[in-house]
Amino acid sequence: MDFLFYMGDVFAPVSFALLLFGTVFGLILGATPGLSPTMTVALMIPFTFRLEPQQGLILLGAAYTSTVAGGAVSAILLKIPGAPANIATTLDGHAMAKNGEGARALQLSFLASAVGGVFGVMLLIFLTPVLAGWALAFGPSELFWLAILGVTVIGTLDSSSVVKGLLSGCIGLWLATIGFDDIMGAQRFIFHDAVAGGINVIPALIGLFAIPQVIAMFARGRTDPGAEVIAVRRHPIGSALRELLGRKAPLAIGTAIGSVIGLIPGVGGQIAGLVAYDQSKKFSRESSKFGTGHPEGIIAAESANNAMVGPSLVPLLTLSIPGSPTAAVLLGGLLIHGIFPGPQLFTNYPQVVWPFINSMLVGQVLMCMFGLLIAGLAAKVAKVPHGVMAAVVLGLAVFGSYSVQHSMGDVYVMATLGIGMYFLERFGFSAAPLVLGLILGPIAEANFIQGSMIANATVGVWNYFFTGWMNWVLIAIVAGSVGYSAWMEVRSRRYTSKEEMLA
Amino acid sequence: MTDLPRSQHVVASGIIAAVGLSVAWISWTQEPAAAFVFPRLIATVFAVLAVWTFLKALTGRTKVGAGLSGQAVRQLAPGLVVTLVYVFWAAQAIGFYTATALTVLILLVLYDPAPHGRAGTWAKRIAITAGFVAVMYGLFAGVLNVFTPREVFF
Repeated sequence: MDFLFYMGDVFAPVSFALLLFGTVFGLILGATPGLSPTMTVALMIPFTFRLEPQQGLILLGAAYTSTVAGGAVSAILLKIPGAPANIATTLDGHAMAKNGEGARALQLSFLASAVGGVFGVMLLIFLTPVLAGWALAFGPSELFWLAILGVTVIGTLDSSSVVKGLLSGCIGLWLATIGFDDIMGAQRFIFHDAVAGGINVIPALIGLFAIPQVIAMFARGRTDPGAEVIAVRRHPIGSALRELLGRKAPLAIGTAIGSVIGLIPGVGGQIAGLVAYDQSKKFSRESSKFGTGHPEGIIAAESANNAMVGPSLVPLLTLSIPGSPTAAVLLGGLLIHGIFPGPQLFTNYPQVVWPFINSMLVGQVLMCMFGLLIAGLAAKVAKVPHGVMAAVVLGLAVFGSYSVQHSMGDVYVMATLGIGMYFLERFGFSAAPLVLGLILGPIAEANFIQGSMIANATVGVWNYFFTGWMNWVLIAIVAGSVGYSAWMEVRSRRYTSKEEMLA
Repeated sequence: MTDLPRSQHVVASGIIAAVGLSVAWISWTQEPAAAFVFPRLIATVFAVLAVWTFLKALTGRTKVGAGLSGQAVRQLAPGLVVTLVYVFWAAQAIGFYTATALTVLILLVLYDPAPHGRAGTWAKRIAITAGFVAVMYGLFAGVLNVFTPREVFF
């Protein structure tokens, strides 16, 4: 019950103000189509430099939580999901809004998000210290395989092509080796002064997540978002709460599925929302109503995508392996304050990590309250033309990446990686495994070198890295994720081929 | 093979393959070898996967990635050019705030769907630009104490 001891820190004036700001800002940006939770958190990192570590993390955590929930506003009122995690919400949410039940849909969405989110954070609170205890047994070989696991799982599960996903991961791992070698001091791949000190993670994150979205907005040309914001009529919150509690099945299914999916690295909120929606539909007595404006569809999808938030941080906080791109960005937020997550995190920095986790718990309640209050405003922000949004995000990206080290080199790296990533994405490559490779590369290399030294002095490299049940479990998961994704890819191609033949 | 632009995939995967092979070649030829043990491991996998992707593109078996349409290229090109000039020249040469103001205004002119002929449109664009630069100045110069390159006008 350590977390209760640090609960008061969340309500310190500055921390609580940041939590409020992060929640409101995240809700508004989350409602804006094209601005993903990952990009929002990445753009906020530079604003945390001057803050105390726990304050900075509270701001980032609040933004992460509320952007996921805020995406429901545009999904319901505009039929444009604010983030991929809100795709399933669009199916019934917009239909309800069109039927004049926009307020009821929004209330159910935020209430379900809060219930799912609180459950997910409770899971984070109780699971993380247990897993951190287990992780103490990990040596260099296990940590090496864990880092490889982080890259391959996201590379295979988060990408539409296994080979391109793994290739993206390799590019990230290679980028992580640029600069001076830690042990010999040798120069590696330094082809420009801007990368002499290696590639700084924060500008890289900003570039990889923000710039492709800016260019994607350019590619739409001089178009208006075009969607019509549906007006919201008043609806008593008490009746929405009673309705939510009366529909326990979709709430339980969504929360359970979101929590489990959140624990699996690489499987994001989009999958959580869609799987929960599908399963709730299967188990519902009113399954035929799904897709026509049925509240159970919103409850299942929104409870799932917010329940996923807390568990997605478990691998990050216990093993320093980010399970999702947003967790990778949060890792960047930890690293700039000199905090390295891992098994010792709860021993060395309890005053940082517990207020951060607690703030996510309190943030769920604030998100629910403010979400209902500012939904109308957030939907109007979602109608801001793409050109304005692109200019603002570009400016923030340039200032944010420069402010990391007061270096133009970081701005060049940010822009080069971002522009390159836009074109790579057009050809089926993915930013998530590349980012994971960039972040986990130093962890993989340090443990590989340390393990090799131990191995050379003891049992030999092969025996050290390929024996022991923990190594084999990790290797099996790496091989399993690659094999499963390859099989699914081949199967879907066969299916497509049959369809094409029939057509 | 679907209707994916094959030549685009060949060019894109060809560039990746060239990078992969260059990284592998540098990793296996540079000294001291001890500093390149991990890069060799990564670069080998990188090169193999990159060549595989290139061969798939060459034989028309690429299934993923929509490529770029001519219309998308025409629409993004002006914004991309403005971005490149802003990042790689203007920010340093004329100062962050001046360059940001000019860039935001140019991007609004290029991509804001409001009609150019109306005075109100221009008033809105100038107000957005001025407001954004003021917020950036307040945040970065005022609150975060970020020292940016010297401005050309002040």
